Amino acid sequence: MLDTADFTARLREIIAEHLPLEGPLLPILHAVQAEWGHVPEAAVPVIANALNLGRAEVHGVVTFYHDFRHVPAGRTVVKVCAAEACQAQGGRDLVQATLKAFGLKDYGTTLDGKVTVEPIYCLGLCACGPAALVGDRLLGRATAQSIGEEVLS
Amino acid sequence: MKIYVPRDAAARSLGADKVANAIVLEATKRGVTVELVRNGSRGMVWLEPLVEIETAQGRTAFGPVTVADVPALLDAPDTHPKAQGPVELIPWFAKQTRLTFARVGLIDPLSLSDYEAHGGLAGLRRALEMDGDALIDEMKLSGLRGRGGAGFPTGIKWDTVRLAQADQKYIVCNADEGDSGTFADRMLMEGDPFTLIEGMAIAGVTVGATKGYVYIRSEYPDAIHQMSEAIRIARMNKLLGPSLLGTGPAFDMEVRVGAGAYVCGEETSLLNSLEGKRGTVRAKPPLPALQGLFGKPTVVNNVISLATVPWIFANGAQAYKDFGLGRSRGTIPLQIAGNVKFGGLFETAFGMSLGEIVNDIAGGTATGRPVKAVQVGGPLGAYFPVSKFATPFGYEEFDGQGGLIGHAGIVVFDDSVDMLQQARFAMEFCAVESCGKCTPCRIGAVRGVETLDRIAQGDAAAMPLLVDLCDTMRDGSLCALGGFTPYPVMSAVTQFPDDFARLREAAE
Repeated sequence: MLDTADFTARLREIIAEHLPLEGPLLPILHAVQAEWGHVPEAAVPVIANALNLGRAEVHGVVTFYHDFRHVPAGRTVVKVCAAEACQAQGGRDLVQATLKAFGLKDYGTTLDGKVTVEPIYCLGLCACGPAALVGDRLLGRATAQSIGEEVLS
Repeated sequence: MKIYVPRDAAARSLGADKVANAIVLEATKRGVTVELVRNGSRGMVWLEPLVEIETAQGRTAFGPVTVADVPALLDAPDTHPKAQGPVELIPWFAKQTRLTFARVGLIDPLSLSDYEAHGGLAGLRRALEMDGDALIDEMKLSGLRGRGGAGFPTGIKWDTVRLAQADQKYIVCNADEGDSGTFADRMLMEGDPFTLIEGMAIAGVTVGATKGYVYIRSEYPDAIHQMSEAIRIARMNKLLGPSLLGTGPAFDMEVRVGAGAYVCGEETSLLNSLEGKRGTVRAKPPLPALQGLFGKPTVVNNVISLATVPWIFANGAQAYKDFGLGRSRGTIPLQIAGNVKFGGLFETAFGMSLGEIVNDIAGGTATGRPVKAVQVGGPLGAYFPVSKFATPFGYEEFDGQGGLIGHAGIVVFDDSVDMLQQARFAMEFCAVESCGKCTPCRIGAVRGVETLDRIAQGDAAAMPLLVDLCDTMRDGSLCALGGFTPYPVMSAVTQFPDDFARLREAAE
């Protein structure tokens, strides 16, 4: 799908939309990820060409930032806060319980592709931790159960 | 009936949207007309969702409100079990000095008329009547120092940019609030975004910059939404644009979204990221004030620094300077987090002791167990033991105790915390987030994790190595990430030696 003319046409649209900005590369990458759920390898040379940058340079930017995915995530992304303020409120246990609830040994995506569990370093919910982000919904005082319910809803 | 339900991310994470929906539904059922305002948070997070009902006597608070509490809230508010009385008389709130956060929670964040009715734009109007020297003098007199953590005098930074000659200058707001335990920037942007716009506009007028950027971390979708909306509304109402308020110079701004890199909270790394590059740190000099964004003179300030500027101009620098302690002037929004009974945002003049904050304001731990350690200033801040609770909250005072106040995040841990594990996490975090430009940080953090693992296994020879490694990271790193990671590590080692010796003894 991603090497079709449709893909390139849509990508060029996205690039054109952001080209008037100063420093347009990050806004372009965010828009690309919003469109396809990740930054496809095939997008890199097109973006590089449009911005008059080297492919290596664009690749370097894509891989530098944690947010940009190289492959799509599972259907629902669960991000559990792994930072200090949540640790103080049982965050380490919550990470383990969440992984266990989805049958994962470590951060990653379940075999059926339904859920991706990832760490996040601070959602700014430090006075009502441990915190989690399920899709686009924030959970304060999260438990493995409340995360599970949110994934199903 | 006018009812306030916060749309602050913390309130939403605790069910504020469901409560707001239930209020609309129950009111419709009863044929009651409700004006629902989604305000910012008053900062008392343990009471969120904190609902306020406007009465003839002022605003009455209820919290924490669940959907099940809503029917009674509409039928018999006076006898509601969750009633907290007039919101501004709740002791935790009444004890504060709210200058920067005066309007947060009070107003509808996206109503420019509400903003003006509560003192908004007075600072900008005054600034537009002053000349460059007077503007800088006002900032210098206020004693405001960078609230991002470095504590550099804001007036001096602005003066450097003002005096630089260039065809284009920028105001960059650092809203990449990545430190765990901090959420003041988020709350301000969600609860009173026009304050930040006004502060950036005043900065623009002062230094001769016409363009501003707010770099917000992607972990803050609500803040991104509120700021973007506020900028759109400000532009529509000619607050921003070719002529500030229709009479002043040009100034416009836009939101840029980060991409999950903690190091982009470091100003030069942030500038690279804004330019569309990898967020690696730049060597200083040149200072960003002279060669910043796209090589142009740039003011880079934290959200709270910029959002405090309107108050200073509206009320006078001397009034701001009259608050505080020593060289730490004005107020500081403390963010009380972690294992505490009463967590949230508490704005107060500098000078309160750490013990007062933890024991009296935060009410000790939520678990009821004794406090063991308090990390002040985020992941790069030192762990304080209870024996240092007399330390007054101020830049120099914390520095003198081997710590830093950073962005004023205070994370409390009870006695179940293992400080060796916390020291290891500090190194691990540094390894994950290092930009990779300098060796002490890039390699040192990885070696730090390995060395702490050796200590955990009882290897006595590893401790001097860790101390040496921390010295190298502190002295040799390019920025605060590698340079300050030794703070949490070494404070854990020196203040909580038992956690590092226990396993060694067991091994012997």
